[in-house]
Amino acid sequence: MSTAAISAVQPRTRAAGYWTAFAIVVALLLVAPLVLPPFWQRFVTEILIWGLLAMSSDILIGYTGMVSFGHSAFFGLGMYGAAAALLTVKPPSLGLAMLYGLVAAGAVAVFVAFFATRLRDIYFAISTLVFSQIFYVIIFTWTEVTGGENGLTFRQPRLSILGLWSDTFTPTTFHWFVLAVVVSSYLLVRRITQSPFGMVLQSIRENEPRTRAIGYHVERYKIVAVMLSGLFAGLAGVLYAMQNKFAAPDFVFFVVSGEVVIYNVMGGMGTLVGPFAGAAFFLLLREGLSRFMPEYYLIPVGIIFIIMIIFLPQGLLGFLRRRLNT
Amino acid sequence: MDQIIIQTLHGLVNGMVLAMVASGLTLIFGIMDIVNFAHGDLLMLGAFVGASVLGVTGSYWLALIVAAVVIAILGALLQITTLRPLIGRDPLTTILATFGVSLVVQKYALWQWGPSVRQISEPVRGDFTLFYLQYPWYRIVTALLAGLIIAALWLFLKYGKYGIWIRATTQDRVMAQAMGIPVPLVYTAVFAIGSGMAAASGVLFGPFAGVTQTMGFDFTLRAFIVVVVGGMGNLGGSILASIFVSLLESYASILVSPAQAVIVSFVVLVLTMLFRPTGLFVPTPK
Amino acid sequence: MLVLENVDAHYGKSHVLHGVSIEVRAGEVVGLLGRNGVGKTTTLKAIMGMARRTGGRITFEGRDLQGVPPHGLAGLGIAWVPEERRIFRLLTVLENLRTGLDRRGMTPARREALLEKVYAYFPILKERRNQAGGTLSGGEQQMLAIARAMVLEPKIILLDEPTEGLMPRMVAQIQEIVHALHRDGVTILLVEQNVPLTLDAAGRVYIMEKGTVRHHASAAELRADQRVIHEYLGI
Repeated sequence: MSTAAISAVQPRTRAAGYWTAFAIVVALLLVAPLVLPPFWQRFVTEILIWGLLAMSSDILIGYTGMVSFGHSAFFGLGMYGAAAALLTVKPPSLGLAMLYGLVAAGAVAVFVAFFATRLRDIYFAISTLVFSQIFYVIIFTWTEVTGGENGLTFRQPRLSILGLWSDTFTPTTFHWFVLAVVVSSYLLVRRITQSPFGMVLQSIRENEPRTRAIGYHVERYKIVAVMLSGLFAGLAGVLYAMQNKFAAPDFVFFVVSGEVVIYNVMGGMGTLVGPFAGAAFFLLLREGLSRFMPEYYLIPVGIIFIIMIIFLPQGLLGFLRRRLNT
Repeated sequence: MDQIIIQTLHGLVNGMVLAMVASGLTLIFGIMDIVNFAHGDLLMLGAFVGASVLGVTGSYWLALIVAAVVIAILGALLQITTLRPLIGRDPLTTILATFGVSLVVQKYALWQWGPSVRQISEPVRGDFTLFYLQYPWYRIVTALLAGLIIAALWLFLKYGKYGIWIRATTQDRVMAQAMGIPVPLVYTAVFAIGSGMAAASGVLFGPFAGVTQTMGFDFTLRAFIVVVVGGMGNLGGSILASIFVSLLESYASILVSPAQAVIVSFVVLVLTMLFRPTGLFVPTPK
Repeated sequence: MLVLENVDAHYGKSHVLHGVSIEVRAGEVVGLLGRNGVGKTTTLKAIMGMARRTGGRITFEGRDLQGVPPHGLAGLGIAWVPEERRIFRLLTVLENLRTGLDRRGMTPARREALLEKVYAYFPILKERRNQAGGTLSGGEQQMLAIARAMVLEPKIILLDEPTEGLMPRMVAQIQEIVHALHRDGVTILLVEQNVPLTLDAAGRVYIMEKGTVRHHASAAELRADQRVIHEYLGI
């Protein structure tokens, strides 16, 4: 399509185009568990969960301009929080698992938020890295509570709605549950980033001193951004725990944060949808390559990542967007 | 009491090795604003190269030199291919790029050398007697070597012709260019020097705990901490901070397990960032 | 020797130079006058490849400077003494000079000779040679900045407001130095706000306003008829 044709398209029509694409994707995801073999079914569910985690990170990296290597901490604590609920309260309750997980992740988020307001850029990034390692060490060594190296295993809760009706999850219904949670999260975050609040965040990313000079309380916005990011990351952790019925310290190790950042970069920062695309791309690449080189798939993936940083800094989505606009 | 003396020695020795690693990192950051995530992995690669050379030639000293040179060249190549294109872009991109390099290097080492632990045997045998305590000689030798190498770096920076170029570029890149100093080459050279020093540290540290492909990350993390605590870009500061943090960790490991002693350095980092963000040993905040 | 033809330049989105045309011939001292912010420094920066050139051509001894990397200009014979002096504060005076002295092709003998020559011009620098650049006074820093440029044995020196912020005695000293350099055959493009000094030192003068050259005359003409100066510089 030529530029003239695009600019002739009314905003309303473009929005319609977006929502159509969105509806199609959701429909595909709804149908997925019915047509895919079990392995790929789980795979798609996992992509959704990792995508949610990456999206939470995008709130900080893409919108507020704060690089965080600490999302593994939020994710991990969401996981262990859910584990705590599912192990201590019988019968295992879905609602409680989510609650505990979110509270745990939220607590960490408060901690990180405190530092977010006092440190800038690199120092913040390094400190988030350090925090996720602190939590890793605590979880790894506090064997009595966290199961140490071996982590915790537990049973999946039942899907219950307001205590009126409950049933055990099947992989399919669990997938739909995750899809529902992820889609609502996405819509909520999208709403937030397109609101005046979201605009201020982006303004902080573009030029923090100027935003402050205009009169915005940058600290408060950053705190809220970190809290939001942490909560959604924790939510992803809860979902992951429920899908796999275990919690392990590996997920708190900072490499998970690093991979999350990779999903963001590959998919496109500041797009919210990009992280999902990035997660899908990375996980598919990994799946494909690990058929041939199970141990070393990260070598080509890492190289692709580096090449993308240099030549496709806007990520896959940014690249597509530019292609569609010319 | 014995424990305290032993741990003091441990702290000093580990501190010297860490100082070598941190020097390279802070030099790179000071001159080109790059946080080199792959620094520890270059150390690891150097240790593996050293182990292989040692296996073939039987000479520790040859292993040290070859490892440093090979990884210095690798570092230069890395800088030219992945970091030079990113000059002028958002600093986030260089952190990500070096993170990517770190992943690739780790897995490459796994591919080349396999998962088993390699050994680098000590350059000097026997123990050194302090009062009634025994302490391995090679660790003392390692600390001395590290000190020598750092001193050599310092002398080079202070008096060498290229040392002046490096310092000038670090202070004012634009003016350095106006004076005809080929800044892109200086960047590559500094990255090479940093990488070479990391590799040498890897060989020096090899006899302590064996060579594995995950040994790098610990060093990267500690080096980051020390560079921030010492003042980013401040060579003297990072050396002092290395010793300080290593001593604290060693003393802490008397009370808690080594895995948990690591938290001490984290705490120091956090406190520094909160109260003296320009660095613990930097006299006045600028 | 140095020719700017119709040069346009941008800083980010703002268009700061509009069709600037200036010529400096070998051995001349050419003045560039104008009020604050008219683009004098930007013109020098455009020559040094530091401002984004969006139009026109800059040639030095016939060679187009487009595509010459920033660190290549010194080798071509262009030396820059910036407005803020930009001394390497943590380097000693001698080390500052060495950044230019240690070029390719310099023998120890030539280096010694050059250093002695510069110390002859600026005895105070010899005295302070092991002091850190940041500890020098404003006037001493200016001398160091000029000495550092001289040490490149340049064909042309771009001098940006050398007397800014200096005491009258120092201003006179700078004036002396410009004369001495001229006698030595060094070509100089002198950007200044100090009118009397410029009219005394320069042979020809360009006057800039709002990012473009408005007037061009010999210093003698401008000395004789001060009206033009009044008009553009409001003095």
